Amino acid sequence: MEPLTWTGSIAFLNPLLMVAIAALLVSIVIWIVGSIVLPEAPMSVNLDGTLSSGSGLRGLTQKALRYSFTATVALALAYIVLGILLGTGAGIIGAISRQFLPVWLSMIILYAMSIAFKRRLGLYGKLFDSPIGMIGFGLVMFWVFTGVFGALDLIITHDPLSQVSGMKNKLPGTPLPSPEEGEYTWYLLGGDNLARDVFSRMVKGAWIVVQIAPLATLFAFMVGITLGLPAGYYGGRLDTFLSFLANLILAFPVILLFYLLVTPEIVATGVPNYMAAVLFVFPILFIGVLLNSRYYTRPTFRTPLLIGVLGVAIWLYLSLISTGGYIINTNSYRIWGLPTYLDLFNIPGGILVVFVSVVFVNSPTVFRIVRGLALDIKTRDYVAAAQTRGEGPWYIMLWEILPNARGPLIVDFCLRIGYTTILLGTLGFFGLGLPPESPDWGSTINEGRKLLSIYLHPALPPALALLSLVLGLNLLADGLREESLKD
Amino acid sequence: MGLFILRRVGIMLMTALCLTFLVFFLTNLYPNLEKLAKTQGNFRMSDEQVESFLEKNGYLQPMPIKYGEWLGILPSFRYENEDGTVQGRCILPGQSAEEAPNFCGILQGYWGYSTVFKEEVSKVVGNRLALTGRLMFWVMLLMVPSALILGILAGMKEGSATDRTLSTFAITTTATPEYVSGVIFIAIFTSSAVGLKWFKGTATQAMDNPTFENFFLPVLTIALYGMGYIARMTRASMTEVMTAQYIRTARLKGVSFPNIVMKHALRNALIAPFTVIMLQFPWLLNGVVIVETLFNYKGFGWALVQAAGNNDIQLLLAISVVSVFVVLVTQLISDIGYVYLNPRIRIS
Repeated sequence: MEPLTWTGSIAFLNPLLMVAIAALLVSIVIWIVGSIVLPEAPMSVNLDGTLSSGSGLRGLTQKALRYSFTATVALALAYIVLGILLGTGAGIIGAISRQFLPVWLSMIILYAMSIAFKRRLGLYGKLFDSPIGMIGFGLVMFWVFTGVFGALDLIITHDPLSQVSGMKNKLPGTPLPSPEEGEYTWYLLGGDNLARDVFSRMVKGAWIVVQIAPLATLFAFMVGITLGLPAGYYGGRLDTFLSFLANLILAFPVILLFYLLVTPEIVATGVPNYMAAVLFVFPILFIGVLLNSRYYTRPTFRTPLLIGVLGVAIWLYLSLISTGGYIINTNSYRIWGLPTYLDLFNIPGGILVVFVSVVFVNSPTVFRIVRGLALDIKTRDYVAAAQTRGEGPWYIMLWEILPNARGPLIVDFCLRIGYTTILLGTLGFFGLGLPPESPDWGSTINEGRKLLSIYLHPALPPALALLSLVLGLNLLADGLREESLKD
Repeated sequence: MGLFILRRVGIMLMTALCLTFLVFFLTNLYPNLEKLAKTQGNFRMSDEQVESFLEKNGYLQPMPIKYGEWLGILPSFRYENEDGTVQGRCILPGQSAEEAPNFCGILQGYWGYSTVFKEEVSKVVGNRLALTGRLMFWVMLLMVPSALILGILAGMKEGSATDRTLSTFAITTTATPEYVSGVIFIAIFTSSAVGLKWFKGTATQAMDNPTFENFFLPVLTIALYGMGYIARMTRASMTEVMTAQYIRTARLKGVSFPNIVMKHALRNALIAPFTVIMLQFPWLLNGVVIVETLFNYKGFGWALVQAAGNNDIQLLLAISVVSVFVVLVTQLISDIGYVYLNPRIRIS
C-alpha cells in the first residue's frame, strides 16, 4: 500500500485555495485600513426627498472581502465534497471527510431545519440571523455530532486503545504493515508513541468532553442558582456567609485544588463521594422547590407531581452516588447505598472525582453571577407587584427573578461549558483523574508534547480540536448575547 | 478608609486560615500520609513500618494539634528514639534537643522543611518565587499594554472593521488555553519538523540566563490567554464611554477624533480594565503552573506540581499561603484603586 498524501488526486485545488486565502487576507487588511483612511460613502438628496448613497471606495473594499471570503469557503467545501466522493483517492483530507460523512449529513439536516423554521424557534432561531453565532453553533455541533457518532463507532477507523506494531510515531497517511481483512488500511493522522491511531483517539476524546462538560456545567448552575438566588434576595447574614464561602473557593488556585482533590489517595478516602452526595442534592432541591412554589395552591395536582418527579430524581441521585451497593466504600468503614439491582448506572471513581471537582470549581462563579443578577432584579416593579399580591419568596425567586435573568445566564452557560472543557483538558494535561490510556484531549496533548520537537502529529490534532470547540462555544455565546440584546 | 482596609485584612486572615486548614486536612488524610512515608522511606514498606515512620515524625497526632504546631501556637512534637536521641519538627539537622526552640511555626517565622527538595521551605519558596516573578514581570509588560491598545482600538468605533477583526482575535485568544497555544507555538517555532527554529522549546536555561530566544515563548503563551479577556473588558468600557454625553458634546464642538479619544475618553475608559487586570492574577497563577511545566522552567508553579505530586505537606501549605495571599492582596488593591480612580464611588 502507498502512503496517502494530504490531498491526493484533488491536489489541483491547492493553488486555487492558496490564491483565495491570499486574496482574503489582503482584502481584510485593505478593509481595515480603508475603514480608517477612506472617506464615508457620499450621500445625495433625491428630488423626492429621499437619500441615496453611492457605494464609494468603502463599498468596494467590502465587496472584495465578501467575494474572497465566499471563494475561500466554496473551495473548502469543494475539498470536503470531493473528498466524500473520492474517499482515499483524495488523500488524507478526502478520507477524513468521508469518515465524517454522518456528521456532515446531520449538520446539513440540522441547519436546513433550523433555518427553515427559524421564526418559530425563539432565541435559538434568532441565532441564525447572526453569522458569528452560526459559525460558533456550527463548530459546537460538529464536535457534538462527532462525539455522539464516535461513541457509536461510526467515525473511528481503529480501536483508540489498541496498538498496531510497526506504527509507532508514523506520519499521517501511513498504511498498516499487514492489514487484516476488513481493517482500515491507513492511520489517517499517524500513530502516537504507543502506536495507536491519533485520528480515532481524537474522535473518541470528543465524546468524553461532550459527555462531561455540559452536564458538569448544568450541575454547577443548579448549585449556583439554588444558593445564589436566596443570597441575593434575602441578603443579610445568609448572603455574608455564602459569599464568604464562595470567595474562599475562588481564592484557591484551581490547579492546587485539583492536585489536592483528584488523586487516587483522596478517592480512596471517600472524600469525593461525600462531595458528590452533597453537591448532587442541589438539583433535587431546585426541582422540588421550583414545582412546589408554582403549584402549592393546587395540592391535588402538586402532590402527585412532586411524588413522581422527586421519586425519579431521588432514584437517579441514589444510583449516581452509590456504586456496587455502597455510597462510601473505604477500607475502614462503609455506608450502605442503593442495592445493586436498583442501581441504574455506575460511575467509575476516577470519572466521579473529575466531575465533582469541576462542579465544585465552577459553582462559586455561577453563585456570584446569580447573586448579582438577583440583587439587581429584586428592585424591579414586577417583583414588588408579586410581593404585594402575597407570593412567597421562593415563587418570586424562581418564577419572577430567574426567568428575567435568563439572558445573561444562557450566555454564561455557553462560556462556562467552554471553560469546563479547558478545565478537563488541564486535568488531562497533568494526568489527574482520568486513566492514563484514556483518549481525552488533555491526556493526548500531554503525551504528544514530550516528542513535540520531532513529531508534531500526535499533539496537534487534539490541541486544535479543543481550540475549535472552545472557540465555537465562545462565538456562540457572543452571537447569543448580540441577538438577545436586540429585543 | 482605614477601617475598610482593616476589615479587609481581617477577612484576608480568616480566609487564609480556613484555606490552610483545608489544605492541611486534605494532605493529612491517611492514604496521603502513607504515600509520603513510602516516598520518604521506600516503596516496599510494610504497614507496620509505615505506621512507625508516621509515629516517629508526629504525623499521627490529632489534626487540630498538628495544625496548631504548624501555626506555632502549640509546642511542637518531639519523639525520643530508642538510643535516647530526641527528634522533632523544630530540631534541625545538627542541632541538639536542648537548644532547639519549643515552638516553631509560621508565627515564629519557620515554614518547615521540604521533603522533596531537602531544604527549608522558606528558601525553596523564595528562590522559586524570584524565578516566577521574573516571568510574571515580562508577562505583564507584554500583556497589559497590548491588551489595552487592542481594546481601545476596537472600542473606538463599535461595529467597525477594526472592531470586528480585533474582537475576533480577542475571542480566539481567550479560547486558547496555555497548554494548547504552548503546544502550537512549540510545534511551529521550535520543532525540527517545520524548520522554523526561531526559539528554544524549553526555558530551563532561562533560569540562569534569560534571553529573547529561550524566554519569549513562555511569556507569550501566558500573556496571550490573559490578553483577550482584558482586551474585551477594555473594549466594553471604551464603547460605553464613547456613547456618553460629554463625548457627543465634544464631537459637536468640533474636537478632532484623535483628540477626543486621547484627551476625553481614555482616562475614563481605563478604570474598569484596571480592576480586571488586578483580578487576572489568580488566573495567571494557573497559567504559570501549566507553562512552567510545559517549558520546564523551575519556578513557583513547577514547585507546586512537585510538592503536590509527592505530598510535601509543608511546602504545599507554604505555596497555598503565598497564592492565597497574592489573590487577596490583588483583590484589595483593585478595590482601593477603583475608589481612587473613580471619584463617583465612595466606601460607606
